[in-house]
Amino acid sequence: MTTTPTTDSAPAPRSGTGGAVLEASGVTMRFGGLTAVRDVDLTVRAGEIVGLIGPNGAGKTTFFNCLTGLYIPTEGTVRYKGTVLPHRSHLVTQAGIARTFQNIRLFANMTVLENVLVGRHTRTHEGLLSALVRGPGFRRAERDSEQRAMELLDFTGLAAKRDHLARNLPYGEQRKLEIARALASEPGLLLLDEPTAGMTAIETTATRELVLAIREQGTAVLVIEHDMRFIFNLCDRVAVLVQGQKLIEGTPETVQNDDRVIAAYLGTPFDGEPGEAEAAEVRAAEQTGTAGTDTTQGKAD
Amino acid sequence: MTTQHTDLTTAGDGPAPTTAGRPPLPLNADPHTSRRLGRLLTGAGAVLSFAATMLPWTWTAEFPGDLTIAFYPAGLQLLTLAAALLTAALLLASAGVTGLRWLTPGGKHSALLLMTLANLGVTWYTAGAIATELGGLVNFEPGMWIGVAGTLLAVIGALALPTDLPPGADGGTPAAGPWQRLRHAFKAPAPGSPAPLPGWAEILIICASCAIGLYAFAYGIEAEDGPPFIGFLVMAAFAAPALGKAGLFRRLSALTARHRGVTLAAAFAAALLFPVTQSNEAYTNIAVSVLIFATVALGLNMVVGLAGILDLGYVAFLGVGAYTAALVSGAETSSIGLHVPFWAAVLIGAAVALVFGLVIGFPSLRLHGDYLAIVTLGFGEIFRISVQNLDGDSGPNVTNGPNGIPNIPDLEIFGFNFGDEHTLLGFELGRFANYYLLMLLFTALVVTVFRRSDNSRIGRAWIAIREDETAARAMGVNAFRLKLMAFALGATLAGMAGTVLAHVEFSVNPESYKFVHTAPPNSAFLLIAVILGGMGTVSGPLIGAALLYLIPAKLQFMADYQLLLFGIALILLMRFRPEGLIADRRKQLEFHETGQLDIPAPATAGLGKTEA
Repeated sequence: MTTTPTTDSAPAPRSGTGGAVLEASGVTMRFGGLTAVRDVDLTVRAGEIVGLIGPNGAGKTTFFNCLTGLYIPTEGTVRYKGTVLPHRSHLVTQAGIARTFQNIRLFANMTVLENVLVGRHTRTHEGLLSALVRGPGFRRAERDSEQRAMELLDFTGLAAKRDHLARNLPYGEQRKLEIARALASEPGLLLLDEPTAGMTAIETTATRELVLAIREQGTAVLVIEHDMRFIFNLCDRVAVLVQGQKLIEGTPETVQNDDRVIAAYLGTPFDGEPGEAEAAEVRAAEQTGTAGTDTTQGKAD
Repeated sequence: MTTQHTDLTTAGDGPAPTTAGRPPLPLNADPHTSRRLGRLLTGAGAVLSFAATMLPWTWTAEFPGDLTIAFYPAGLQLLTLAAALLTAALLLASAGVTGLRWLTPGGKHSALLLMTLANLGVTWYTAGAIATELGGLVNFEPGMWIGVAGTLLAVIGALALPTDLPPGADGGTPAAGPWQRLRHAFKAPAPGSPAPLPGWAEILIICASCAIGLYAFAYGIEAEDGPPFIGFLVMAAFAAPALGKAGLFRRLSALTARHRGVTLAAAFAAALLFPVTQSNEAYTNIAVSVLIFATVALGLNMVVGLAGILDLGYVAFLGVGAYTAALVSGAETSSIGLHVPFWAAVLIGAAVALVFGLVIGFPSLRLHGDYLAIVTLGFGEIFRISVQNLDGDSGPNVTNGPNGIPNIPDLEIFGFNFGDEHTLLGFELGRFANYYLLMLLFTALVVTVFRRSDNSRIGRAWIAIREDETAARAMGVNAFRLKLMAFALGATLAGMAGTVLAHVEFSVNPESYKFVHTAPPNSAFLLIAVILGGMGTVSGPLIGAALLYLIPAKLQFMADYQLLLFGIALILLMRFRPEGLIADRRKQLEFHETGQLDIPAPATAGLGKTEA
């Protein structure tokens, strides 16, 4: 906390009206003496894909948990389409924010279809009594739910595996299923926590296509990711979180070229600045290397 | 039976599997010769043991079942007879005899081996029992010796048959030592998809299976205490896995899955017919207790199996229902002195149990896992101790303390007194048969509630909570509310069963609602019934409860060792069949990762990343 990164999020266009889907203002999360997230503002507008990046331990997932009601932020408010969100996870989903998890959290021993049907929970209202009576209304609702779930499985390309157990899906498809399950709650905003972690380059590309297709359907997306190429190719805006504070927010170009971001990932350059020779060497190395680390990517682009 | 030999030798090299592995006990270096010898021996053993049942086994009728009459198999001889016939049938089926091949769609020689072991077990157990009860081998008649030799011969023959799976086919290392080869011999492939049958034939098979199930249950319940019942257990313990290895149960469960309604109706009809098959009141008494116990276990299964709430004090809700019914049903010692009709007593009992469920669930369901289990255990004991103390001395007199409430009058609905004998269509129905039929309605109700809530939005949410509560909440499931709903619903159903229990048993007593006790119902036994039978299934807890009640009831002389034996049985079950006797579709896939094409890919590096 002592490195004092200046917090002028200058280039980020301020809003608060109109098409804002999510408005987080002054979100602070303290765990005892540790401030994991400090005074973060973030706005996501309808139809936007916003990226949230930062080094490990920057507080990205904590911030996500504050948004989705898993944590109650110590200070600050989160608004969804103008109304303040309650601090209860299921009410947040009901309001229209769905999420995926960094470590996949599917219902492992339910089938693929059942997983998506659980996602429909907030959009259906058949209680215990109607389940016991099994009237026509119940049957219709079940049929509609299943139809909608199958549409989503078609959309994510999992329709053929509807009766498989979620735990038996390959890793990439588990990620897809998590997204399908989140979409089943018909969210206005989808929060993706590292959707491409552990994926191959091809799977990452497919995920990018999927996120773009989700945006096409009118759902705004907020995505945490470590894969810089993925983020900068996908997002309309990127916010950088460093040590719990928002360092900068802006277009991918702005963020990539910001010295503070590079410093946050690589550390500040020491006094004796590297000469031209070293810089050329680094550049050459970056060009030969296929998929460099996050930080070198940020620098090379 | 004499034609069997010719069958064996001619069909010896029939369409037997060629991929099979080396037998655990090869009789000849050449696998073909070994197989032929094995079949010959097994067949000869089956014939011998069959012949043995036609002869007297001992000289005196003192041994239970009277095994002294030639050409009149009785008692334990009947079991040997059945095992011998089944062995012969499986042998012919495994040799590929047309018309019998449907018997072994899955494993062939593994099933045969288990069946010969069932035969051996029953016959040798009988021999042992005769020798110990009557004092020495001198009490054997020649028939007994023939039986002993014949069953041994059959087992040796079955061991000489090649294994069903080639070595290492199940992913394990190829069997090396004799012990590993023996274990390998018990492994069987899953049955392939069956040839389509006409609908009426499938329904007929389901009905026949229900009838067989009813017969087996009635036979078990009627078997005399002591050796005949133990023989029945031995037989069941080997013959049931044998039929399972043969793939018959899987075929049957595929059929029942296709005809859910028919299966339920047939099972209900079979259960309805049970009192008709009984002439002895003592057995219908056991049956009605089994039914109550099973119904409560099914209610607990909703709480534990679906919603994943480990409730160790569930029996308290049964007690709440029973005490409520006892208080309002006109018992002389009732502190309330009210006498309401039965339907009202049921509703009051269920309502009071519901309130207790909500009151206990509201604070304790905020806990998770082990903590919740301990708290429910505590509440269960609190119920019992409170009931004990509300005796007028240490508290207000509500429950009459340790004396309980005796002399609860029999039910009378529309002039039909449950305490009297009634003749229905020529069948005598005694007191317990009346209650049995009444209780069956409640069981049907609980089965319906379970099935309908399982396969619905609410049921899916329960299972989601059981799987991952955080993720379920993130998907919009109000976890606390739904868990409370499951808890309260379970309590209500148990309370309802309790109202019948109070009438059946004449009296209620705090000692019956302990956490653990040597006889059901108590919380530990209820949970064991659920786990033994199979969590999350309908038939599992019913079968588990039936076994758990029947075995102690029939083995009174072993009462001192009951808990020890249960412990051993449970450990064995958890080792060899962790999903329970009846596997839930999900659990089956959870514990045995076969049968699905795609095995999960190994976790990739992404999971190892640190939290951002």
